[in-house]
This record gives sequence, structure tokens and C-alpha cells, in this order.
Amino acid sequence: MIPLSWYMALAAILFSIGTYGFLVRRNIIIMFLCMELMLNAVNINLVAMSHYLDSLAGHNFVFFIITVAAAEAAIGLGLVIVLFRNKKTIYVDHINELKG
Amino acid sequence: MNMPLSLSAFIPVLPEIFLVCMAIILVVVDFSYPRNREMLGQFTLYSGLGVILFLFCQKPGIAFGSMFIVDSYSVFFKMICLFGMIMTILLSVQYLKVEQIRQGEYFSLMAFSVVGMMIMASAADLIVVYLGLELMALSIYCLVGLLKDDARANEASIKYFLMGGFSSAVLLFGITLLYGMTGTTDMAGIASYCSQNAILSNPALMVGAILVLCGFFFKIGAAPFHFWSPDIYQGSPTSITAFMSVAPKAAGFAVIGRFLLMAFPESHGQWGSLLVVIALLSMAVGNILAISQTNVKRMLAYSSIAHAGYALLGILSGTSEGYSSTMNYLLIYGFMNMGAFGVVILLCSKESRRESLEDYKGLAKTNPMAAFLMLIFMFSLTGIPPTAGFIGKFYLLKAALVAGYTLPVIIAVIFSAISAYFYLRLVRYMYMDDPREDFVAHYSPGLTTALVISAAGVIGIGIIPGSLLDWAARSLVGF
Repeated sequence: MIPLSWYMALAAILFSIGTYGFLVRRNIIIMFLCMELMLNAVNINLVAMSHYLDSLAGHNFVFFIITVAAAEAAIGLGLVIVLFRNKKTIYVDHINELKG
Repeated sequence: MNMPLSLSAFIPVLPEIFLVCMAIILVVVDFSYPRNREMLGQFTLYSGLGVILFLFCQKPGIAFGSMFIVDSYSVFFKMICLFGMIMTILLSVQYLKVEQIRQGEYFSLMAFSVVGMMIMASAADLIVVYLGLELMALSIYCLVGLLKDDARANEASIKYFLMGGFSSAVLLFGITLLYGMTGTTDMAGIASYCSQNAILSNPALMVGAILVLCGFFFKIGAAPFHFWSPDIYQGSPTSITAFMSVAPKAAGFAVIGRFLLMAFPESHGQWGSLLVVIALLSMAVGNILAISQTNVKRMLAYSSIAHAGYALLGILSGTSEGYSSTMNYLLIYGFMNMGAFGVVILLCSKESRRESLEDYKGLAKTNPMAAFLMLIFMFSLTGIPPTAGFIGKFYLLKAALVAGYTLPVIIAVIFSAISAYFYLRLVRYMYMDDPREDFVAHYSPGLTTALVISAAGVIGIGIIPGSLLDWAARSLVGF
């Protein structure tokens, strides 16, 4: 049987890749995908722990996270579309009107 | 687990259920009776007042297997959030006309976000905290971006969305670590597991707790998680900025307080020193960067970062005096900040938004009443007696001092003195410079009511602070 620490390591690596991508990439869609990657790392962690701890709370939580992530995706993509209509760009470097 | 489902189990969540129903009705009415759109604001206002009345009579209770707790602590924070919503609605009526925002979804989203905050205030389980937080955050992302044709609002909403999503992913990762170490997401369960198994110094548990706290610090806009707030405050519609600076912040503090006290009561030494760093950093960043701002909304954003730092002083002391002084301060901050944003909205007209500091020059000559109100709110934000801001700060500093944090209190006082520079600079502009244009502000009934309530609150609490302090102290009994 695969030990729990392997799953946790996988989740930590996926989470780090997501964080790295979020911080480095400038395309909003890619940043958004990196955020989803982070959330899925969290889901892997929860499901693995839930299995090893023999408690259902982690499984429940995963369903909630998936649902919220779907809602977040709908809102996020909506915001990107509105932004694109106005500014014709989806690169965060190009949206810099607010600063000081 | 076999839980019998009875209607009485829903009594503690009735206010939230009522508000959700109301938010749905708002969308339906807006969609099917577009002619009655003018009434929606009043409808939301009266429903908010109804929920406040309901909360006053509500008995403490527990719902959903102790995931959702109604106690006087949560009721106090719910009151602050509802107060924020009601004041924002009063401020909005005129502003919505100026900016031509469609009304139905505006009020409905605001009600949904308040439901999220109320859930956060009552949550005793990390799953419920997360759900409340996301309901609040998702609604506010939309509210920020409601001005679809305004490039600055687009930018603010997309930035808020990216930062908020990132912070909730970090928060979730922290929650999974806590869950993995203790086998439960229940806050009291985490505490009892930690004390039974003596794992408080376990590095994974500590990392988990710190990541969760980072997520919460983001929501209250404390440094070094503040970088989003100036841009978002400046870019969003001013009424939403006012709302964001009061209500979500209160909900964030409610969660931080409950999380630290319920899940980690024994490691106060560790989180106390972590909060000292965050609090002092917030005051430093907020007060020093606010000096160089030329936009009023941006200046108030930095000021709100600094005020988050002050309010953390009460939580970090870990005593019941500290908690009640933080609760007090958040309510007082609600009064003064709503008032200050009310004046900003008052000056906003179709031709110009008048958000720059230059626009305030000579305001005392053209609009003496607006200038006088702004003077009161600026004095209160600085913390000059006899305004409420002084009372709030006094009790926060006293609580931290009694708990033994002498050096942080001294530094906080120094930063408070620095903050006088940029608050009083605005007063100097209003009273000692010549006006640049002949602009006479239009006072609508809603806006006047909001300004009167804020001014009365700021001065009333400043002169007779006793009853509010008693209320906050009583709210902590049995927590």
C-alpha cells in the first residue's frame, strides 16, 4: 500500500507548481489554471488524509471545494471577458491604471 | 452518525435563511418588474433592519452538529456586518443614479455577501468558515466589477479575484494540514486533540495554522497581505469601497478571534508574537504609505490597513478585555469610515468624481456642512478626543498594555501620531485653501440619514462610551 506521505508529497509538489505558475505567469487564464491546480492539490491531500484517517469529513470537504471552484471559475471567466471587451488584453502587465 | 432532522434545528440559522430568500426575491423582482426597481433599495434596507431586530431577540443556540454556533459574540459581529450593509444602502441611492448602476443585482449581491459574513461569524468548523468566506468573496468580486464599462473597475475586480482566489487556496492548504494532523475540521476538536496528544509544537501543524491565518489576514487586509487593497479600494464603486472597508473586515476579525481562541487556546505565546509582527507591520505600511497618496479613496485604503493593525492589538492580547476592545473598535471604525466615504460620495457628481485630495481644497467655503462632517470623521480616524476613534484606540492600547505588550503599544502610539499628518492635511486643505470650483453638493435623504447616523455615532460614542463597551463585554460572556 502506498504510504500517506507520498500523497502528501504529491499534493505539496502540485501546490508548489501552482504557486510558482501563479507568481510567474502573466496571462490571466494561465494564472487562473494555476489556481485550479492549487485547489486540486488540496483535494488530493484531503482525499488521501480522509482515507487514511478513516473519517468522512475530508471527502465532504472535497465536494464543497469542487462546487465552490466551479462557481469561482464562472465568475472569474466572466470578469476576464468583461476586461477583454474593454481593454483587449488578458495580460496582467497591461492592466496598470491603478497604482501609487 | 444519525441525526434526526427537525425544524427546530433550523432556528439558529433563520436570519441567514431569511436574508438568502430576500436576496433571491430581489433578483426575481428586478427581472420581472423592472419598473419597480426604485423600491429595491428600500426593500433591502427594511429587510436588513428586520434581521437586526431578529438577532436582538435570538437565543443562543447550536445548529448542524455544532458546526454553526449562535452566541452573543457572533451576534455582535453580525450586527456590524448588517450595519455596514444598511449604511451602504443609504449611501448608494444617490451614487447608483450618478454612476448608473443597475439596481437589482447590486442589492442582491450585497445581501448574499452579508449572508457569507454572518456564516463566517457563526462558524465553528473550518468547512463552514471556508463556505462563508467564499460566499462573501465571490459576491464582492462581482460587486467590485459592477461598472462594466469602467476600465478601472474591471482592473480592480480582476485583481481582487486573482488575489482572493490565491489566498483561499493557501487557506485551504492550511486547513488540509490541520485536518491531516488532528483528524477533524472542528475548531474545538482541533484544540482537544492537540492538548490530548501534545502535538502543538509539530511543524506541520504550525505551518497549517500559519497558512490558515495568512488566508484570514488577507481578508482583513493586514500587511504583508495588503497589496491588493489600495488598487481595489480605488477602482471599485465608492459605495462598495465603503462596504468592503467595514463589513468583510469585521467578519474576518470574527473568524480570526474564534479560530485562535477555540482551536489554539494553549499556544497564545506563539500566535501572540506572530500577531505583534503583523499588527506593527500593518500600522507601519498603512500610515507611512498613506502620506504620499493623492487620491482620497487610496488614502482611506492605506488608513484601513493601519486600522486593521490597531484592531489586531486587541486580539493579540488574548484577554476578554482585548477581544471586547477589538469588537468595539470595529463598530466604531464602521461609523467613522462610513461617514468619511459618505462625504466622498456626496462630492461625487456626473461631471467629476472629485476623488483627488486637490478637490477638497476650500470645501469649507463652498460646502461648510460637508467640510465640517469630514473634519469630525478625520479627527475620529486620527483618534482625537472627544470622538469615538479616541475611545476605541484607548481601550485597544490599554488591553494590550495590561497583557504585557508594552513595546508594541509605544510603537502603535508613535504610528498613530504619524497618521495625524495625512488625516489633518485633508482638514487643512478644506479649511485653509481657496476653492478651485463652485460646486454645491446635493444632499439626498438617504445620504443625509447615513451621514447623520455616522456623525451621531462618532460623537455619541466619544462622549458616552459606557453602553457600547458594556455591550461588547457582555457579548464575550460564555464564549
